[in-house]
Amino acid sequence: MHSIPGRRLIMGLFLIFLMLPIYWLVNMSFKTNGEIISTMTLWPHAPTLQHYRRIFTDESWYSGYINSLEYVVINTIISISVALPAAYAFSRYRFLGDKHLFFWLLSNRMAPAAVYALPFFNLYSAIGLFDTPWAVALAHCIFNVPLAVWILEGFVSGVPREIDETAFLDGYSFPRFFIKILVPLIASGIGVAAFFCFMFSWVELLLARTLTSVNAKPIAAVMTRTVSAAGMDWGLLAAAGVLTIIPGALVIWFVRNYIARGFALGRV
Amino acid sequence: MSVTLDHVTRTVDGVQHIRDVSLTLESGTLNVLLGPTLSGKTSIMRLLAGLDKPTTGKVLVNGKDVTGADVRQRSVAMVYQQFINYPSLTVYENIASPLRVQGKPREEIESRVAEAAKLLRLEPFLKRTPLQLSGGQQQRAAIARALVKDADLVLLDEPLANLDYKLREELRAELPRIFEASGAIFVYATTEPTEALLLGGNTVCMWEGQALQIGETTNVYRRPQTLRVAQVFSDPPLNLVGIEKKNGSVQYAGGTSSPASGLYSSLADGAYRVGFRAHQLGLANGEADRHAFHARVTVTEITGSESFVHLTRDGSNWVAVLHGVHEFEPGQTLDAVLDPNDVFVFDAADRLVAAPGSIAFSSEVPGGSREDNASKKKA
Repeated sequence: MHSIPGRRLIMGLFLIFLMLPIYWLVNMSFKTNGEIISTMTLWPHAPTLQHYRRIFTDESWYSGYINSLEYVVINTIISISVALPAAYAFSRYRFLGDKHLFFWLLSNRMAPAAVYALPFFNLYSAIGLFDTPWAVALAHCIFNVPLAVWILEGFVSGVPREIDETAFLDGYSFPRFFIKILVPLIASGIGVAAFFCFMFSWVELLLARTLTSVNAKPIAAVMTRTVSAAGMDWGLLAAAGVLTIIPGALVIWFVRNYIARGFALGRV
Repeated sequence: MSVTLDHVTRTVDGVQHIRDVSLTLESGTLNVLLGPTLSGKTSIMRLLAGLDKPTTGKVLVNGKDVTGADVRQRSVAMVYQQFINYPSLTVYENIASPLRVQGKPREEIESRVAEAAKLLRLEPFLKRTPLQLSGGQQQRAAIARALVKDADLVLLDEPLANLDYKLREELRAELPRIFEASGAIFVYATTEPTEALLLGGNTVCMWEGQALQIGETTNVYRRPQTLRVAQVFSDPPLNLVGIEKKNGSVQYAGGTSSPASGLYSSLADGAYRVGFRAHQLGLANGEADRHAFHARVTVTEITGSESFVHLTRDGSNWVAVLHGVHEFEPGQTLDAVLDPNDVFVFDAADRLVAAPGSIAFSSEVPGGSREDNASKKKA
């Protein structure tokens, strides 16, 4: 290895560049609004927890987190349970148009969310799903199911077909083989696929905001509506931002060892 | 219990994997599928197991048609060339898996797994997962699972191909013994003639999806009905030379003419091809009644106890195997000799007309009869 002069410096600068916005967010969340708008301070001179207190006590704030988590979890469960059998079929069976269907699935992700906002809004209003977590959870499936199928297909294809055959020769029924043998083998793939579903659903704003109004309003939508007569509540917004980062960071921690394979759609 | 393939063919994407194979396997027999890679051994096994459905023809078990029946309804165990175990289960659970699915009582599972583990010397590893084992141990676990199932049909698809030399020797000797007691139909696929001979039993000689010859292993070895069978069942490759018999003498292609002694004496006049295995080709040692050739050495391989001498003569490559260490210079010319009593003679249609230990027989009935072979064994 050649030693690059000043490599520590370069690395340090890079890390500062990456972490600065996050630090500033955390920094702001502990300041009073007066301190935020009056002077620029590198750390809170009068640290306060008032913004966090507000979020955890004011229902209009904490219900935003609950609503978001609710549809994210529903969506992840639906996406994985639908994508698993589909991924198995794409991996193991040849049927008419299988390759085209497989590609078409992914092409669903290429349309912007705005394209789907109008039809979903109209449809869900008509059947009474509007402003429920199910509305957002089902709408997000249009992006997450294809992604999960693609990721899981790669992982299923990594399991030798002979294992299926051995299981059938041993007498396993199909459901039993699927749950007892296959699922444990691709557990890391399921984790990665769930992570991607979770992350997409968690950060997606447009559909989530369009398909809800009051009862199922997600946190991201709540955050965009903090302008009051008294002006922007900067500190509160920053605290909400910090709390929004935490679930994603936690999930990443659990799948950190498999995430590269997930980005390569299981084909590493 | 018997399994029969009745005029079975299998075509995948327009490619014929199996061409009209008919064979019957009886319980308590050891059957070797011998053939080079892509000759259809695995395809035959998958058809026997019921993993694949024949394109045409029938699969019968005890005379009952089971073509297309679900593999779960069949009593079959299979061991693959790759070591296939359930990676997420421990070795114990891997072996116990077929019994658990059958819903056997706990005590029976424990005793049968313990028995199989003892037989395959897996006892110290039962608590590990397959990926923590060496290749040989993984394959033993797969064999143990096949054994514990007590299936009527046991299929082993080149089970030893990926193992190291020592383990192969050991397992090859043990496998037939292990499965013998169960009285199952035992099918063993291999690419190696030596392995087929060591296993014994019956051999199905496969070539390009066809079953060329089916019979007792030693009989197929000594009386290959066609040139192709002789080639499949020879390692190193079968040496070949064309001859022309005329007026009581044989003219070898590319020169030498010799009196038509030995097996040649009863041949009708005409053109033949003579095949001989490496051990049938000697080097000049002054014995009488040998047919000699001038051949050039290309390379000599010494394995320790044997020397493989590669020769070229008249454009064709021959191999001779000699006991002990013999060093020859590449390019050196030497006299290779053939015993006219110890060759295979094939007619223009590549059918066997004369083989060692027999007088030439009429070309209308190719292949040696069993009586012939039996009498030779006695002698």
